[in-house]
Amino acid sequence: MELTERFEDTIARDQRIEPRDWMPDAYRATMIRQIAQHAHSEIIGMQPEGNWITRAPSLRRKAILLAKVQDEAGHGMYLYSAAETLGADRTELTGKLISGRQKYSSIFNYPTLTFADVGVIGWLVDGAAICNQVPLCRSSYGPYARAMIRICKEESFHQRQGYELLLTMMRGTDAQRRMVQDATDRWWWPSLMMFGPPDGESPNTAQSMAWKIKRHTNDELRQRFVDMTVPQADALGVRLPDPDLRWNDRRGHYDFGAVDWSELKRVIGGAGPCNAQRVEHRRAAHEDGAWVREAALAYAAKHTEGAESAEPAAPREVA
Amino acid sequence: MSTVKRDWPLWEVFVRGKRGLNHVHVGSLRVADAEMALGNARDLYTRRNEGVSIWVVRAADIAASSPQEKDPFFAPAADKVYRHPTFYDIPDGVPNI
Repeated sequence: MELTERFEDTIARDQRIEPRDWMPDAYRATMIRQIAQHAHSEIIGMQPEGNWITRAPSLRRKAILLAKVQDEAGHGMYLYSAAETLGADRTELTGKLISGRQKYSSIFNYPTLTFADVGVIGWLVDGAAICNQVPLCRSSYGPYARAMIRICKEESFHQRQGYELLLTMMRGTDAQRRMVQDATDRWWWPSLMMFGPPDGESPNTAQSMAWKIKRHTNDELRQRFVDMTVPQADALGVRLPDPDLRWNDRRGHYDFGAVDWSELKRVIGGAGPCNAQRVEHRRAAHEDGAWVREAALAYAAKHTEGAESAEPAAPREVA
Repeated sequence: MSTVKRDWPLWEVFVRGKRGLNHVHVGSLRVADAEMALGNARDLYTRRNEGVSIWVVRAADIAASSPQEKDPFFAPAADKVYRHPTFYDIPDGVPNI
């Protein structure tokens, strides 16, 4: 069939599928699901760090954290826009998030217990996200790949601010150094889980790789992240909580210990420390904001042509 | 029966990065009117001062032609930048829509 051939040929030539291209229903469905869950992750991800904005210990740290959380909102918005090019509606997607029918990255179901967590999230969680997102800049669906490019440009600031925060604490008091080590101990293994289940247990991987949605497997990216991060931990002076972590000359990579996949399953399944709180917070924000959405629509309707009042008001210059 | 738009409509955003450049499409927004679209576009797409000029257009007002992109859904009309469920005004008495 000509349409299928054209679609497959575009992918084979490493070119982008665009919104007005024909695509298999399954490609459209899987892209909507993946982009939506990525978008939901960005929005939910605002919560663990937003938790520390008012308590960040200096004006500079508050300003940095505000900027980072604002960026995460923006990343969610870029991704909802990309999902909508496939015929989805972001209000429906939000409904699916709130009702638990769509998920978000498991990492955001963990609590931020100390300010050192803010640094470790920037270093490890954003570091893992960068590992995942840079290859996605070449994902086959055009709007998704372009959203990734924009996101990656903003993400390097996120990792650098976290690492710099930790460097500052490691040069401080014994209590601060213990806080950094404790945060690292709690976030290391969940960060490795961000790359998803091992390749053998990842049912979607084969099709996603064939359609060039995904460019590397979960295990490949996880290995890449470990290799990049170990020297960073050394430079920081923190120990990664894995007694099996060691350089393997023959492989040219770090060997690392077994991930507890049962923990990932439990957290994805809803039994993580913060799942209920994260979704409830989002639900409340959505419902409490309904009056704003309605008021904006009422105001807009009042000022369009066909309304009794005079001409539509011209928008004011935006600073 | 009055016509009610279900939700904030979709707008497309174009930004001129600096004097001398064209406006470039950067993404979209769901907002109620042009003023909100401009303000939100500034906050979303020019957070790092990446723009000197912003244009916003309702997606429904854009006509498109892309002969290489062959989804039969779009034939024969040369409109709609993409399939979007809320392009359409639905009378408010219609259930389950």
